[in-house]
Amino acid sequence: MSDIDLDQRPANNRSAVLKSRLTSWDSIILVLTVLVLIIASFTVDNFGTSRNFTFMVLDLLPIILIALPMTMIIVTGEIDLSVASTLGLTSSMMGWLWNQGLSIESIIPLCIVIGAICGVVNGFLITGLGLPSLAVTIGTLALYRGLAFVVLGDGAVADFPWNYTGWVTGTIGDGAVPNVLILIVVLALIFGIVQHATPFGRSLYAIGANAQAAHFSGIRVARTKFWLYVASGAVAGLVGVLWTLRYSSARADNGAGLELAVVAAVLLGGVSIFGGKGSLPGVLGGVVLLTALQNALRLEDVSGQALNIVTGSLLVLSVLLPNVTSAVRGNWHRRKLRQASATSAQ
Amino acid sequence: MAEANARPRLEVHDVTKSFGAVAAVQGVSFPLYPGEAHALVGENGAGKSTIVKMLAGVHRPDTGTLRVDGADVDFAGPADAKAAGIAVIYQEPTLFPDLSVAENIAIGNQPLTRLRQIDRKEMTANAERLFRRLGVPLDPSRPARGLSIADQQLVEIAKALSAEARVLIMDEPTAALSAVEVERLFAVVRSLRDEGAAIMFISHRFEEITALCERVTIMRDGKHVATELVADLSVDDMIRRMVGRDLSALFPKQDVEPGEVVLEVDGLSREGVFKDISFSVRAGEIVALAGLVGAGRSEVMQAVFGVDPYDSGTVKVHGRRLKGGSPRAAMAAGMALVPEDRRQQGLVMELSIERNVTLPRARKLARLGLLFGGTEREAAETWTRKLQTKLGRLTDAVGTLSGGNQQKVVLAKWLATGPKLLIVDEPTRGIDVGTKAEVHRLMSSLAADGLAVVMVSSELPEVLGMADRILVLREGRIAAQLTRAEATEESVMYAAMGQEVSV
Amino acid sequence: MTATSLEAPPSKRFSLGGLLKTRELGIVLALTLLVAYTAIDNSRFLSGQSIRDNLLNTAILAVMATGQAIVVITRNIDLSVGSVLGISAFAVATLMSNNQDLPMIVALLAGLAIGAVAGLVNGVLVRYGKVPALVVTLGTLYIYRGITYSWAGGSQVNADELPRHFLTFANDSILGVPWLVLIALVVIAAGSVMMRNYRIGRELYAIGSSPPAAELAGIKVARNLLTAFVLSGALAGLAGVLYAARFGTVDAAAGNGMELNVVAAVVVGGVAVFGGSGSVWGAALGALLLTVIGSALAVLDINQFWQQAIVGALIILAICADRLVAVRIARSLRKRDAHV
Repeated sequence: MSDIDLDQRPANNRSAVLKSRLTSWDSIILVLTVLVLIIASFTVDNFGTSRNFTFMVLDLLPIILIALPMTMIIVTGEIDLSVASTLGLTSSMMGWLWNQGLSIESIIPLCIVIGAICGVVNGFLITGLGLPSLAVTIGTLALYRGLAFVVLGDGAVADFPWNYTGWVTGTIGDGAVPNVLILIVVLALIFGIVQHATPFGRSLYAIGANAQAAHFSGIRVARTKFWLYVASGAVAGLVGVLWTLRYSSARADNGAGLELAVVAAVLLGGVSIFGGKGSLPGVLGGVVLLTALQNALRLEDVSGQALNIVTGSLLVLSVLLPNVTSAVRGNWHRRKLRQASATSAQ
Repeated sequence: MAEANARPRLEVHDVTKSFGAVAAVQGVSFPLYPGEAHALVGENGAGKSTIVKMLAGVHRPDTGTLRVDGADVDFAGPADAKAAGIAVIYQEPTLFPDLSVAENIAIGNQPLTRLRQIDRKEMTANAERLFRRLGVPLDPSRPARGLSIADQQLVEIAKALSAEARVLIMDEPTAALSAVEVERLFAVVRSLRDEGAAIMFISHRFEEITALCERVTIMRDGKHVATELVADLSVDDMIRRMVGRDLSALFPKQDVEPGEVVLEVDGLSREGVFKDISFSVRAGEIVALAGLVGAGRSEVMQAVFGVDPYDSGTVKVHGRRLKGGSPRAAMAAGMALVPEDRRQQGLVMELSIERNVTLPRARKLARLGLLFGGTEREAAETWTRKLQTKLGRLTDAVGTLSGGNQQKVVLAKWLATGPKLLIVDEPTRGIDVGTKAEVHRLMSSLAADGLAVVMVSSELPEVLGMADRILVLREGRIAAQLTRAEATEESVMYAAMGQEVSV
Repeated sequence: MTATSLEAPPSKRFSLGGLLKTRELGIVLALTLLVAYTAIDNSRFLSGQSIRDNLLNTAILAVMATGQAIVVITRNIDLSVGSVLGISAFAVATLMSNNQDLPMIVALLAGLAIGAVAGLVNGVLVRYGKVPALVVTLGTLYIYRGITYSWAGGSQVNADELPRHFLTFANDSILGVPWLVLIALVVIAAGSVMMRNYRIGRELYAIGSSPPAAELAGIKVARNLLTAFVLSGALAGLAGVLYAARFGTVDAAAGNGMELNVVAAVVVGGVAVFGGSGSVWGAALGALLLTVIGSALAVLDINQFWQQAIVGALIILAICADRLVAVRIARSLRKRDAHV
């Protein structure tokens, strides 16, 4: 991003920039991710196979896509816990609409619109009425999931057309690159550019770090947040469609609990829960790290649920470690000052 | 009044405190005697608040000691300071809005029944007793939420009384009070002093210091300048030592022939905040809004710029009516606002200097909607250099700069938008003397180049030196309009305070 | 004499006016309406058995809501309670199945202890690690659940492995009140009294009402916060024992997702998510309301699937109502100040 800047700066500045970049949490996560991938492909049987690669991409598809708008939302200091329920509701609606005899070509855009409407409701409650996003989205988490069950009960709709379900699970040609990887790359690029290289993206950081100062700088805080929730809902809707097609099963409980995995991945990627800090590459690293770890350990026959320990610990550590190091540094600085004054007094 | 040889109740001895690289307080010493009110004065940023926070146990001195009744103390937290009999009343009262007034007074020290439950009856009775002693009619059972600042301060004093504090520290308690409220507060404080409490009083109003205090300590740039009897010093002496320079040479506003009308405000009102505000500003003019804190000056200008709403009235720029409540519309019309609170409103402290400077016009700098660093860096570079901002790298967080340089970044941020009307709210608050002069020179030359400037300021010398015209606000209304020739310290203060106090 | 006559009127006004305006009254009203409407439709809803079932179903949720309310009042949140319930339920069930003769009280104490340790970890990370409660408890939600899974694997403790006295505990009653309900009532009452009448309770309100002011007032914030998290954990642990006793079959998934219902009960019960206000018994009423809604749907022959949606709508309604009240109070205060 700022290679140009490196060239124009004196050498000591360059190394300082480099140092701060290397020790930042998102680059640590990226390095860690690469390490896990390398070690796992050498030590875990079947990890490096193209078949496993396809599975892994399919596993990270829902988390990574929902994490894209979630990163922006958390950067502005808010949160959206209703995403997995939105996913469930669109999955239910997809099954119901299919049973009504609509064509899949009209169902898919309709489902994305349904997701966006869920986001509109969140956005209105949060930015229109000024309610706290944590409470609102816990409420809509229950509401949307409840509606999903109202729509489809505990049954499932499974007879989706083969060419669609096959596309989601298939690969390009007969190679190792899954079709959905294109979707991931395209969306990640779009969201990455918006977040890191547009005025809109700049405003997100200002809002998260100091909403009042952002308001004083002419940034429309409420409107910006509103559209983030709409985007989050729309993406969750899209993921609802993909999830349904992947398992060829529309169910009300699809994706239950996924919101926690997404939030965990975003925070793990170095985004501050208080807003104002974090980068998309870090988040992508966080998602890949979590999925790769789970995948590798599963191949080693460690139960998926026991992996929760790793996920949870990484999440807590990602926030704890920077705090601890800064506290230690502060103590050290104070002690040095006291020592200096003690010696000067003597 | 205490005899000169009395032992100080509290002594600050050679304390130093720095935050990062900035030394907030360096080697300051002074005593507080029982039965005496002691003023602590200094410009904003002189280190008064840091002293208060050390006495309150919030900060620990890096070096030096605090002594209570002659014994060294080391406060690990506010609880220790409280236990040592020190009570602090902050400029912004620190009550619990959800708890009742009686509970706020008693918190941490509630009367208990035999079952170690809180004795609510006794607690309420206590509060009533205290309020009767203070002579204030407050209902102890009402929640603290919604109390006026003055009442909140009285609750804080009741709290100090109930804790039987022997040292009472008051950090600008009068900043937001009306004259009547100040008088009531002073009556209470005087009686506490006469009962033997040591009082430390911080204020910017010299008439209050001469009215209340026996001794004064003057600080400048974190250092101790003098501690003397108030009776031995004139107000001019105090100011000179506080500022450390001659006042007259500071405010170099050039005379400019005013151009066309840029801003017209007509009948602007906001319920409970300000009412029927009308004025206009011409190109090349500096118009100052003077008045006491809480008179509604900042609120008026924030409504004009659109960050706050207003209920009625109109704002016109170059004769065209401006949509209310939209800073973006105001910016498009050529307005810029350098706000009062640099840390909360002016800058995003965590973001880099570069991002801060380009924040309001990122949209204009984008090419095809995209920003790739280069244009932003160029713009930031240009404007920070124009204002001679001292900085390391443009990518450093703006919070690492000194107050004066932060203010230059705010100015750069808004001047970069090429405004026709610049609103500056307390443009030199908390910045060092040198930068202050630079800011004044800058404003003057901007006006000379045809910019219309509205300046909100609490510093009378600044108002008198810089402004072509002065609007004095009192309690949300325009109390007087003065030309440069008419304005004197007395005439402005008289209008600001109204009939209630004669200066 | 004069002092008492002076203080009497305000304190009376306070309690009366306060009671009329409380959020809790709103929930009681909603509850009454719901019960009345359902009972008119089907009088069996008011039968002893039905009431008993409702109370039994509320008990576990109410115990957890008590702890959660205390944490939320301090402007924090504990999302790990469902996982703590799970680990405690599985641990205690295993303990009891391996030691058939252990008395019930040991089971209860074991559950409380396990929960307290889990809560202590949360509290230490929040206070000393300076990690926001949302992140900490989201993390420990995973960790505690993961520990249970890796311990249990796919296994479960079945009812026939548990001692009889453990299983009958849930249904046995004393003076016609089931033990489970009795325990819940004791917890709610103790929690309410602590929060209302003891210093620690008022300090917890103070911390939630204004964290910086609490620090400046010299309140021992660290100790109080740790207490709040330990209480929330311990009560979730207790709920785990009650869960095992009531349902008999315990696997690693026990209490999965329960945190949502607990937070819902607390929010519906009038505890503000930004701390400082609300009450323990309000949260317990919230738990009761959520449970009664569920059983009323069954009686009214409404699709059971509506329940979760209604819970969600209720949460949103509750925070909208709180917001409305806050805005109205602020407006009236501003007007009054303007006239002065």
